[in-house]
Amino acid sequence: MLMKKLATAGLAAAVAAGAIGVAQAEDGQFIPVLSYRTGAYAPNGTPFANGYVDYFQLVNERDGGVNGVKFIVEECETGYKTDRGVECYDRLKDKHGGATVISPWSTGTTYALIDKATNDKIPILSMGYGRTSAADGRVFPYVFNFPSTYWSQATAVVQYIANEMGGLEALKGQRFAFIYLDHPYGREPIPTFDILAEKFGFTYDKYPVPPATMTEQKSIWLQIRRTKPAYAIMWGWGAMNSTAVKEAANIKFDMSTFIGNWWSAAEPDVLPAGDGAVGYKGATFNGAGTGYKVFDDMKGVDGLKGGDDMGTVLYNRGMVNAAFIVEAVRLAQEKYGEGKHVSGEQVRWALENLDLSAGDVEALGLTGLMPPTTVTCLNHEGANPAILVQQWNGKAWEIITDWIPAMTDVVRPLIEQDAAQYAQENSITPRDCS
Amino acid sequence: MLYREAGQFKTSYSADQAMLTIPLDRWFVFGLAAFAIIGVPLVASEYLMASILIPVLILSIAALGLNILTGYCGQLSLGTGAFMAAGAYMAYKIATNITWMPIWLVIPLAGLCAAAIGLAFGLPSLRIKGFYLAVATLAAQFFLLWLFVKVPWFVNNSISGVPTAPPRSVFGFEVTGATASNEAKYLFVLAFVIALAWIARNMARSRIGRSWMAIRDMDIAAQLIGIRPLPTKLSAFAISSFYCGVAGALWAMCFINTVEPTAFDINRSFQVLFMVIVGGLGSVLGSFLGAAFIFLLPIFLNSAPGWFGYSVPGDIITHIEFMLFGALIIFFLIVEPHGLARLWQIAKEKLRLWPFPY
Repeated sequence: MLMKKLATAGLAAAVAAGAIGVAQAEDGQFIPVLSYRTGAYAPNGTPFANGYVDYFQLVNERDGGVNGVKFIVEECETGYKTDRGVECYDRLKDKHGGATVISPWSTGTTYALIDKATNDKIPILSMGYGRTSAADGRVFPYVFNFPSTYWSQATAVVQYIANEMGGLEALKGQRFAFIYLDHPYGREPIPTFDILAEKFGFTYDKYPVPPATMTEQKSIWLQIRRTKPAYAIMWGWGAMNSTAVKEAANIKFDMSTFIGNWWSAAEPDVLPAGDGAVGYKGATFNGAGTGYKVFDDMKGVDGLKGGDDMGTVLYNRGMVNAAFIVEAVRLAQEKYGEGKHVSGEQVRWALENLDLSAGDVEALGLTGLMPPTTVTCLNHEGANPAILVQQWNGKAWEIITDWIPAMTDVVRPLIEQDAAQYAQENSITPRDCS
Repeated sequence: MLYREAGQFKTSYSADQAMLTIPLDRWFVFGLAAFAIIGVPLVASEYLMASILIPVLILSIAALGLNILTGYCGQLSLGTGAFMAAGAYMAYKIATNITWMPIWLVIPLAGLCAAAIGLAFGLPSLRIKGFYLAVATLAAQFFLLWLFVKVPWFVNNSISGVPTAPPRSVFGFEVTGATASNEAKYLFVLAFVIALAWIARNMARSRIGRSWMAIRDMDIAAQLIGIRPLPTKLSAFAISSFYCGVAGALWAMCFINTVEPTAFDINRSFQVLFMVIVGGLGSVLGSFLGAAFIFLLPIFLNSAPGWFGYSVPGDIITHIEFMLFGALIIFFLIVEPHGLARLWQIAKEKLRLWPFPY
């Protein structure tokens, strides 16, 4: 009797589990969005989030999802706070059959989620931010930061400055200023700058901007006026960027020698300074404007949130972020079954084997927006980290250079050193990638 | 009727000195603690435990700490975040450098480090009072965070500067780091909460607590009856910083799993201060109520529309949250300066007479 009951119960459980499995497949691919549309970082967070959710909307409407599996998008407001980011992650991760991939959009939150997401088998795509040493895929199997890390970006920026000055030798004896948000994000490139400074013989002054008072930078810019750096480099985010550009314009700093990283060079950063911002430069990996094929497809799609943001640097970058995920899901389906729901673990495999050639990008209508990317097990940063430099002409961002490659010979040993320390402290045995 | 004290006689000194003299209170508190230890890990979902209960309990410890300083001793402090950071960084430093030391010892040790720092920053309290003292503690807030970021020794010269909480175990169960189960983390945090709340409650009604309150109510009168301000104020600073340090260490080790300076910035200090004000100045219960209220209200506002099938954009909710918070702080300061704890007390007094009030 008891056996029979047990068998019935087991059968019922199996049926229920099966039903859940089916429900998941019908549910679609779930994308949690940790957005920040409020607070001091909202000017940058809003267009980025809009671009991200709009691209999923486009794929759902235009193609009916990936092989019929639609994306389900749910937002959670974090205000760029780490603890709220963690709470949002916990709240969303199991919904709609489980998160496909998480994009934390905050270096602080990325750091907090690395272990958690690895444990939950949900891949993190921190696209061009987050923990640089996560580029070492042996220690961080679930974390991806292509198309380039902060360290690579820092070396590429220095390379650009050297190009402008007439070669790496010209850096000797130069004095630069580094203005950064005093946050894990802003401090991330400092070790690289230290090494570059030693290697090429330049010096640089550090100007931290505390997040709580990031719109008060008068004293910093007075110091910069006094020290007259040959170049000012900025790692800023949110309202800090526009304040810095305004203050630089106020002290009549030569804007063509002021360069931001790719989170410090978008429309909200330069518009408040008016004409004073003309000439300000920034790194980027995607073009601005709506002159790309994908925007033709977006006409007539319902429920887009973009509005005026469409075509801005950050909106377009949000689209690229989503496009990487869509392509990863497509690749995962190719391996694990087309038209089926894929799990976080399967998407992780796909992210690691992502190989988007220029032709693939062209087919997506994203040429000029999305850089061709090759990711490997060993290298989660992408094969050829590089930046473009863009300049603000008063109306739009113009790309003024070709791709400037990062000094991977400098960065890669640092990445491996930091990853090894992390592995040792957390008793992780790096996996074998050969 | 429900809450009857008549006929309860104490026949021994120990009964008279008990922490909770009314049996109903006592059973309620014991029952709650038992439920928290046994019931919650069995029934609570992962989200409830990891994202709600653990941070609320940790913030309760911080609120208890600030309540000792501000509520009991009357010294306004805006350095809570910095003392939490001191606990977090020292816990990381001790845990990674003295690896044989059990984690349950590491966290109180980190608290002691924070206490030593609190002692140093408490010294000005002898000369300056009120808002001026708040500004002096603000110096601690900015100086300490700057120090932890500036000196790479605190993070073992890690290149990234944001170290990850190392995994450590108690009785064979991992309690820190991301791979630890939520139940283990929760029980580990809960053990600290119960111990520290019990100690705080007993301190408050013993000699040391009474001398704090005497200093708070009128320091000159307190001096006249023989209470020395120096040890009294400094002990409040040290003990308060100890609590904050433990809270910071647990926050980094058991909640966000990284030691990150932005988690302990000035906003954290204000958040804990609001918890104490809304919860109730000078009340152990108030610290818990305030922590739960301030931490959960935003999350509640954020999720509530979803429960009823509405979808309200996140930015609008957050703006409502700001307005509601401002209004609540003003409301409590004007209408009920003793906070939620006082409301609870009023409810209790009403229940004593219910259903036949005179």
